Amino acid sequence: MSCCAPGTESALELGASHATLPEDELRAGSRLLGENMWQTDLSVPAVHCGACITAIERELNGMDGVESARVNLTTRRLAVRWREGNVPPFMARLASIGYPAHLFDITQDDSDKELSRLLKALAVSGFAAMNIMLLSVSVWSGAETATRDLFHWVSALIAIPALVWSGRIFFLSAWNALRHGRTNMDVPISIGVSLAYGMSLYETINHGHHAYFDAAVSLLFFLLIGRTLDHVMRERARVAVKGLARLAARGAMVEQEDGGRLWVPVNEIQQGARILLAAGDRIPVDGIVSLGRSELDCALVSGESAPQPVVIGSPLRAGTLNLIAPLTMTATKKSEDSFLAEMIRLMEAAEGGKARYRRIADRASQLYAPVVHLTAFLAFLGWMFVGAGWHQSITIAVAVLIITCPCALGLAVPIVQVVAARRLFEKGIMVKDGGAMERLAEATIAVFDKTGTLTLGKPRLVNGVEIDASALQTAAALASYSRHPLSIALANYAPMSSSKHFDDIKELAGLGIEGIDAQGVWRLGRRAWALSESDTVTNTARTHSILSLNGKTVAELQFEDSLRPDAKASIASLKQRGLQPEILSGDTQSSVAIAAHSLEIERFTGGMLPAQKLAKIEALARSGQKVLMVGDGLNDAPALRAAYVSIAPATAADIGRNAADFVFLRESLEAIPYAIAVSRRAGQLIRENFAIAIIYNVLAVPAAIFGYVTPLVAALAMSGSSILVVANAMRLSVKSIDKKRVQKAPEAAGLLFAEPAE
Amino acid sequence: MNNLIYLIPIALFLGGLGLIGFLWALKSGQYEDLEGAGHRILEDDQPIKDDKQT
Repeated sequence: MSCCAPGTESALELGASHATLPEDELRAGSRLLGENMWQTDLSVPAVHCGACITAIERELNGMDGVESARVNLTTRRLAVRWREGNVPPFMARLASIGYPAHLFDITQDDSDKELSRLLKALAVSGFAAMNIMLLSVSVWSGAETATRDLFHWVSALIAIPALVWSGRIFFLSAWNALRHGRTNMDVPISIGVSLAYGMSLYETINHGHHAYFDAAVSLLFFLLIGRTLDHVMRERARVAVKGLARLAARGAMVEQEDGGRLWVPVNEIQQGARILLAAGDRIPVDGIVSLGRSELDCALVSGESAPQPVVIGSPLRAGTLNLIAPLTMTATKKSEDSFLAEMIRLMEAAEGGKARYRRIADRASQLYAPVVHLTAFLAFLGWMFVGAGWHQSITIAVAVLIITCPCALGLAVPIVQVVAARRLFEKGIMVKDGGAMERLAEATIAVFDKTGTLTLGKPRLVNGVEIDASALQTAAALASYSRHPLSIALANYAPMSSSKHFDDIKELAGLGIEGIDAQGVWRLGRRAWALSESDTVTNTARTHSILSLNGKTVAELQFEDSLRPDAKASIASLKQRGLQPEILSGDTQSSVAIAAHSLEIERFTGGMLPAQKLAKIEALARSGQKVLMVGDGLNDAPALRAAYVSIAPATAADIGRNAADFVFLRESLEAIPYAIAVSRRAGQLIRENFAIAIIYNVLAVPAAIFGYVTPLVAALAMSGSSILVVANAMRLSVKSIDKKRVQKAPEAAGLLFAEPAE
Repeated sequence: MNNLIYLIPIALFLGGLGLIGFLWALKSGQYEDLEGAGHRILEDDQPIKDDKQT
């Protein structure tokens, strides 16, 4: 276990299957640095603190063949450099100290160029703004004639790199918008800054008293702060989501015609290839079983919680997990025609739920830009009309543009969203972009997938207390020889005592485990196989397994997929916030009903296919509902995309995680009401910030129109409104939301402990 | 007032030095792991290679 990461256990278990990656794949995923030196980039989701860094670096640097290892805590990545020769077994070593790692796709490696571009622009504009402000303060405090002209000239020079280098970001975006016949916030910014610079230059040449270089450049500086924060927030979430374990197969062992075996990347697997699958491998492409029998975990693909037995000739769908025994399969489709690709097509068709949404900032700028331009133009006409002359009229029009330039508006939205995203991040919730928070605040209905979303997707023994202790020990001892999920659940429930010993143990795929000792033949597994006489016993609603001795029942073990912690409290909290919960699951109607009843959800449907889920979401959207979709599987991916806003757990399939707006890393379902609470609070603060910006404009614009705005006034007004907006956003980090949760905590804990008794 | 002739260039030069310093730090990757850097200062300075046994 890692030292300090409560709630990441699920991520650990996910990663465990990646710990034994074939050497070929590791080598294929590494890059040659030159001089016999290779570098492998790994993603290690469990790294959380300084102690983790020390533990990993110490362990790996002590290994033979490893030149250096360096952890990046921000991106949860690890770069291992190793010398030519055999690949050092660092994956296994990492897994053994509790940090399962997986290969980071180099083809997707994009060091964040946009961020360093923004940071450089920010640095240049910050440098320019400070120096110009220094000179401007001297002018305001009374520099005269030649000195003032000199200062203005120096300012003009310093402003040039800021305009060219930093202003480029706004100019390009504004030009792009204009070329496509739209306007955005960058259009008034670009016009305002360029005009201010041009007019100031004219003033300087003509020995004028006022120049607006400081206003133009500090405007760029403030706006770039907002822009950079916005980018940092999105990038951080994107990297963190990418750093999670990938659940799709990257390749597989393919049997060659000469009988040899070769590891082949998934997109190069041909139709008809014979693929060897070990227990614990994901099925890489669609195909059929040609040799062996096993059971599959289909939870991510279809939502079925019970393992599905497969024999020779059974169809296999890409993305399912081979659980217990080795299989040989024949590929019937290439990866681009497989189930996964089909889901991607459905998702592309489903695009729209989000595309239709326009962010608050965009809507504001849509209104804002024409109003600002019109006001400036009217001011110009007005002063021309009263006979003020070209020069004064233009000066006033520019002053109006500068003072209304959306400094506060540019910061109003990103700063709130950055603070909100930070709050969510602390609770293990990632946000893809700010617009997602705006949409989540408006959601009216919450649609859940069952397996893996409301539940943990792992079975749990439910009738352990009713079973005789020695029988349970025997069952656990047998189960410890198997990788079947029910066996793992059993072994977890009753840790094996060493006293139990069997002479002969064998696991029969699809049937169960058989062990022989002095008492006779013990069998743990399917009813029909474990019992020699056919009996007609009761309960079949739950997944169960029989322990038998010489063909007679000793115990019946019942399993149930356990609900996520706080699931019930979270659903109640959603209802309280006005969101109607509903379950759409691919699992059987009866097991959906059990989950729905224990969570007090009235509306539920089982046996849904991916396309049906999608259709249901679209129907809800047509009826005017704003749907929040929470799901994890491949089969949920189209629905996640189609929904107004969507949330996925970290254990979700890659494609589902990419489709979702939010990803929560911890097990508890509390993340969902919490995300909604923070989003709604953020929405409220954004509206307050807009109100502040509007009030500021109402006060400042008349002053500008009537010609009272000097550069000093413009600088003060701009900084003042920016600081006010930032201060207001900081109120989100005050613990008001946590306080509400603390009051509810005892109730939630009570429900959690009450659940096993149900 | 004549002081300004050299005071302004000095001010700009010093500011520029800071700017170049920042751009250099950015380029050499010092801003790539802000969180990790914060934790690393708490580590002991002993060379990692020396204690393979731990």
